[in-house]
Amino acid sequence: MNKYIEVKNLKKYFPVPKGQLHAVDDVSFSIEEGKTLGVVGESGCGKSTLGRLILHLLEATDGEILLRGEDITHVKKKRLKELRETMQIIFQDPFSSLNPRMTVEQLVSEPLKIKGGFSKEAIQKATAEIMEIVGIPERMRICYPHELDGGRRQRVGIARALILNPEFIVCDEPVSALDVSIQAQILNLMQDLQEQRHLTYIFITHDLSVVRYLSHFIIVMYLGQVVEQAPSEEIFENPMHPYTQVLISAIPMPDIHNKADRIIVHGELSSPVNPKPGCRFYLRCPYATEVCQQPQIMKEVSPGHFVLCVRAEKIVNNSMP
Amino acid sequence: MADQNRDGFTLQYQAVSDKREIILQVKDLTVEYVTDDEVAKAVNHVSFELRSGSTLGLVGETGAGKTTIAKAVLGVLPDVSARICGGEILFNGSDLLELSEMEMQKIRGNQISMIFQDPMTALNPTMKIGDQIKEAIMLHEKLSHAEGEKRAVDMLEMVGIPGERYSDYPHQFSGGMKQRVVIAIALACKPQLLIADEPTTALDVTIQAQVLDMMMKLKMELGTSVIMITHDLGIIAETCDYVAVIYSGEVVECGTSEDIFDYASHPYTVGLFASLPSRSGKGERLKPIKGMMPDPADLPEGCPFAERCPCPEKQCFSTKPEYLHLSDTHIVKCCKRWERQ
Repeated sequence: MNKYIEVKNLKKYFPVPKGQLHAVDDVSFSIEEGKTLGVVGESGCGKSTLGRLILHLLEATDGEILLRGEDITHVKKKRLKELRETMQIIFQDPFSSLNPRMTVEQLVSEPLKIKGGFSKEAIQKATAEIMEIVGIPERMRICYPHELDGGRRQRVGIARALILNPEFIVCDEPVSALDVSIQAQILNLMQDLQEQRHLTYIFITHDLSVVRYLSHFIIVMYLGQVVEQAPSEEIFENPMHPYTQVLISAIPMPDIHNKADRIIVHGELSSPVNPKPGCRFYLRCPYATEVCQQPQIMKEVSPGHFVLCVRAEKIVNNSMP
Repeated sequence: MADQNRDGFTLQYQAVSDKREIILQVKDLTVEYVTDDEVAKAVNHVSFELRSGSTLGLVGETGAGKTTIAKAVLGVLPDVSARICGGEILFNGSDLLELSEMEMQKIRGNQISMIFQDPMTALNPTMKIGDQIKEAIMLHEKLSHAEGEKRAVDMLEMVGIPGERYSDYPHQFSGGMKQRVVIAIALACKPQLLIADEPTTALDVTIQAQVLDMMMKLKMELGTSVIMITHDLGIIAETCDYVAVIYSGEVVECGTSEDIFDYASHPYTVGLFASLPSRSGKGERLKPIKGMMPDPADLPEGCPFAERCPCPEKQCFSTKPEYLHLSDTHIVKCCKRWERQ
């Protein structure tokens, strides 16, 4: 399989009055073409910043982003415009990401107009086609966003992302604002589109059951760092990092018979401003010892499964029944 | 070594042959929202009961009428637009709908309290959090300021916030901490009934786990009965012993958690479960419920779910279904003659 996107030691620091906020700190991973990478973590862990960095909506502080081997970290102007066509984003909140004064048709066709060089008829035809694909009825083309329900609004967001025929889409919590029955419709649509168009997705979410369902590969982020990365099933069946274990055990499962023993961690996320060199989960980790205050190194525990915790193997072995 | 830090606990219930007394009984409640040009039927003939010390989950999608039911029980529906058209809300035997506003004020916050979804907007940003708890207590009990303050500190510590933070303001707290403060206010007068409206929706999963864990521990300690409103079937499975599934302002299925999770019978309940990614295998296609909930201002003549139902019959479009008893605890509102397998 070809690596579509490869990210090496990517960093994004935001200057704040008290120093540097490490939003994304030394993150490396790659995505194969036509696959889905799930990025999970809680609010403030840097997952959305990561998505925006790859799309060049934010400038990286340091590190490299490679697209099919080409370094695109610092591309400018013409090449950047070309890249923007192939890389798109779907936002979380379909209520605030659409211009309330534009009709559905205007919203969906806008990317084509910005790209330029199409006749009116061609734009109309392409818009009608894409609306059909994402399942917005033709009669709704003259509606404004406030007249649509959440699911349809998100379909408009998807249509906008698709109309330029991208190869790669960053999906930033695309179903978090939707009810479960509508969420299932959108997830199915996204999977169909991936198969038909051979799309590569980065799927950013805090909902682990959703990533488990549709990702091939998962990275777990905590305070700007990737703490664990592995193929999707491996993460759920064999979580090694204490944070991943906590996260998985925290999901309430819709099952009254198999109530897993929950690991409740105390405290909350510490500050990402000027973090100390050791493990960032140290203060909340139920297994923390002194070695955890040393800088941590990413370790490959089994093929394709990386963990940022010196004690991961010991912890897993000890807690085995 | 690892185990001493693990603070997990599992909730266990025995729902069968429940002999606990009924503290809340909602009978045939109907609520409408009236605007200039339309009438939205938000709650239609809803009935359910809650036994002392138990937790009832109201589950349903946005706009199903869950919050309206809760607000009706608490008597905080907006005067201008909402109209209670019928029904009774019996709390310890007396009908809350018959009470005057003054009498309701004595009950509200004292015997029945509510936790709202968004802790960011539920607290007064210009008031010390300790004083906000004290205010709730002193409204209902004759105490000196010093006593009130002491009770507020006790409540803070009960929800896991150090008493020294009494004089902090809401903006100095994170979302999870604010929700703890909201819970402290709600439980300050040791209410008999707590209505929690999506109490953890705005929180991250690890914080959600902390807050739910704490709520359930306190519920047991204080013997409070809880109505848990949520769209998350996972939370229902973890916290509730009874469940009412709300669709289009109606209770379409109601029973013990076991009835609902093991013997889901209404096509809507079945559809909800089939939509969940966590219940589907990898690569397996999700089975969403087609279409959308009907507009409450334009409800269909027959069953409100008929349009979306995978197996409707002719009569479903013309006649309202009646309740069908599948067992002593399990009822379903559907035309089909369902039988529990």
